[in-house]
Amino acid sequence: MGSNPASLNDPEPRPITEDLPLRRSEDLLLNMGPQHPATHGVLRVVLELEGEKIIQATPDLGYLHRGVEKLCEGLTYQQIIPHTDRLDYICSMSNNFAYVRAVEKLLGVSIPERGEYVRTIIAEMQRIVGHLFWLGTQALDIGAMTVFFWTFREREVLLDLFEQVCGARLTMNYFRIGGVNGDLSPEVIQTLRKFLNEFPSKIDEYNSLLLNNRIWLSRTKDIAVISAEDAVSFGMTGPVLRGSGVHYDIRKAEPYAAYGKVDWDVPLGSNGDTYDRYWVRMQEMKQSARIIAQCLDQLPEGPILTDVPQVVAPPKEKVMKDMQSLIHHFIIFTEGFRPPKGEVYCATEAPKGELGFSIISDGGPKPYRLKIRSPSFVHLGAFDHMARGYMIADIVTIFGTYDIVMGECDR
Amino acid sequence: MIEMAQYLIVVLVTIGIVMVTVLLHVAYLTYFERKILGWMQDRMGPMEVGYHGLLQPIADGLKLFFKEDIVPAQANKVIFTLAPILVLVPALIGFAVIPFGRDTIQIFGLTFRPYVTDINIGILYILAFASIGAYGVLLGGWASNNKYSLLGGLRSAAQVISYELSLGLSIVGVLLLAGSLSLVKITEAQGGGMFHWFIIPQFVAFVIYLISAIAETNRLPFDLPEAESELVAGFFTEYSGMRFAFFFLAEYANMILVSCIATILFLGGWHAPFEALSFIPPILWFVGKVYLFLFFYIWIRGTLPRLRYDQLMMFGWKVMIPLALANILVTSVVLYFVKG
Repeated sequence: MGSNPASLNDPEPRPITEDLPLRRSEDLLLNMGPQHPATHGVLRVVLELEGEKIIQATPDLGYLHRGVEKLCEGLTYQQIIPHTDRLDYICSMSNNFAYVRAVEKLLGVSIPERGEYVRTIIAEMQRIVGHLFWLGTQALDIGAMTVFFWTFREREVLLDLFEQVCGARLTMNYFRIGGVNGDLSPEVIQTLRKFLNEFPSKIDEYNSLLLNNRIWLSRTKDIAVISAEDAVSFGMTGPVLRGSGVHYDIRKAEPYAAYGKVDWDVPLGSNGDTYDRYWVRMQEMKQSARIIAQCLDQLPEGPILTDVPQVVAPPKEKVMKDMQSLIHHFIIFTEGFRPPKGEVYCATEAPKGELGFSIISDGGPKPYRLKIRSPSFVHLGAFDHMARGYMIADIVTIFGTYDIVMGECDR
Repeated sequence: MIEMAQYLIVVLVTIGIVMVTVLLHVAYLTYFERKILGWMQDRMGPMEVGYHGLLQPIADGLKLFFKEDIVPAQANKVIFTLAPILVLVPALIGFAVIPFGRDTIQIFGLTFRPYVTDINIGILYILAFASIGAYGVLLGGWASNNKYSLLGGLRSAAQVISYELSLGLSIVGVLLLAGSLSLVKITEAQGGGMFHWFIIPQFVAFVIYLISAIAETNRLPFDLPEAESELVAGFFTEYSGMRFAFFFLAEYANMILVSCIATILFLGGWHAPFEALSFIPPILWFVGKVYLFLFFYIWIRGTLPRLRYDQLMMFGWKVMIPLALANILVTSVVLYFVKG
């Protein structure tokens, strides 16, 4: 690169018309995104290429920045819940869960046992939905289009269940501070059990297309390798970290909800390549199904919302009938509640990694500052490190292997 | 003079029939593909336009016809316009030498044959024109003045050159067996039941041909030039309207063409597999076998992910070409001893 070897051997000095040598080679600068079919939203990556090889990859974020953190400063704690739906819109209830846990930690309220179990069931259903979506899109990016439609077939069953539980299919809003909104109906539990019975055979069906497929192996093995040390230093979490063999899962490390009461394993990879992360996520889906099945078996009777009148609105039937409840309801939804002064950070294991909410409260009904630690954003920090030396075709594999969602990344 | 006129009428009418039939099959191949993929992927495929979406290809064609024809400001206009033609024409021109059936038809005292012409270098003629198609892809990618298109065009050039070698070499074994380059003679050499078909002595060549043909037509898992998840649409990212339709038509016409050649070279063309089944017209046997291959291509598309560029090249040069060469060597040695 740079100098021209032909001119070095040239005995006659040639007239120089410009400063640059006449024949030279340059790296190709390729702008990928923000509008690109494989960037999972509006991620922009500037690639420096030598042929098809990546010399440098610089992610450029912020195309989906909506200022959610700033918006939250003007909203009461209750009103923030629907805004968290729009972070990782594939698994919106996982975000709700992470947020309400942070507020509950700030308030110091505890959740009734049935509420905790319902939350665990819903969170694991979301994990399956999220991983199904990831599997479909990652396979589609690599060119296997059938997997995408098959995973959406199962995702549809779960979305229908969500619709029965909370009335929405995409931006679901089911978690409340102090519990959940509405109990699981017997029909939902029945359909869920039926789904759990069929699900392992569906996973085998996906595996029949991918697990031992030579092309899939050659496209994922030893691609975008990250060592355990590097993964830890880049702050990676979730399946990306576990793919490198680091045993860290918040559900195990500091069990919350009903995770401590059920029996499940943390699948770990060893090489830290795309194939290991694929394998980890496939195993996690099986583990999630295990967790849900045990939760359904153990599901205790009782309330699903905590009995803390300062925080939880009274039930709707009471609001319709008695005056005190109506006033109580009105106050909670207009003024909100006032948590104590303080600062809290609460991390939850979302399908994509550690989703943390950090809240500073000044004692008022609105947070003074709310900060979201989103796994997608942190993972993109290692993008250049993981992409260098691979080829353009591997870029889309790396997008997929992080399971990035730009709504969460840019906030 | 009258003979000349008769000859011209026969040729022009045959060309007309072949072109219309091929283009109709191209249009309905897209429908066929979408329905089969839908069936494999647990969905319906096109259902809205006409009964079970039967008019969908026509609706698609009309839509593309009425779309605005955009030429990017920075594009090289002449080459940008030329490229789709360079791709489509070679794809259609190959059908001139394909023998679709055996029986001639007499209408108004004129003799119509089920092929446009039978030239003694038929297969060579098709290969020669297929190579011109690669220029269309390369020039289209270059003239668009878009980096994605350029990368797509470069990939395509590298891919087509690599796989054309193994494609050409895989055919040589058949040519040695048939002793002719004419597609009619090759078909006739396979008469007398399915045990005379060249797929049996030339099975390795058949597999090499099938794989190389997928690469030649830019289909999954070798659709790198148009890898939509990496290069948006590769060499035709900037094309719209009818010019896009030309590329699209060419892709499907090429699929049919390579399937026709595979049928003729390895599956005995219009011949029935058993004498007992020869009451079915030869042309139906031919179409049936072609659709068998087309189904295979669609099946592959529904099953496999895409290879990476370097893996594709490695596979082409290190596996396919040595295998094809070995096949030629073995075939010629065996033929030398058998035929003396």
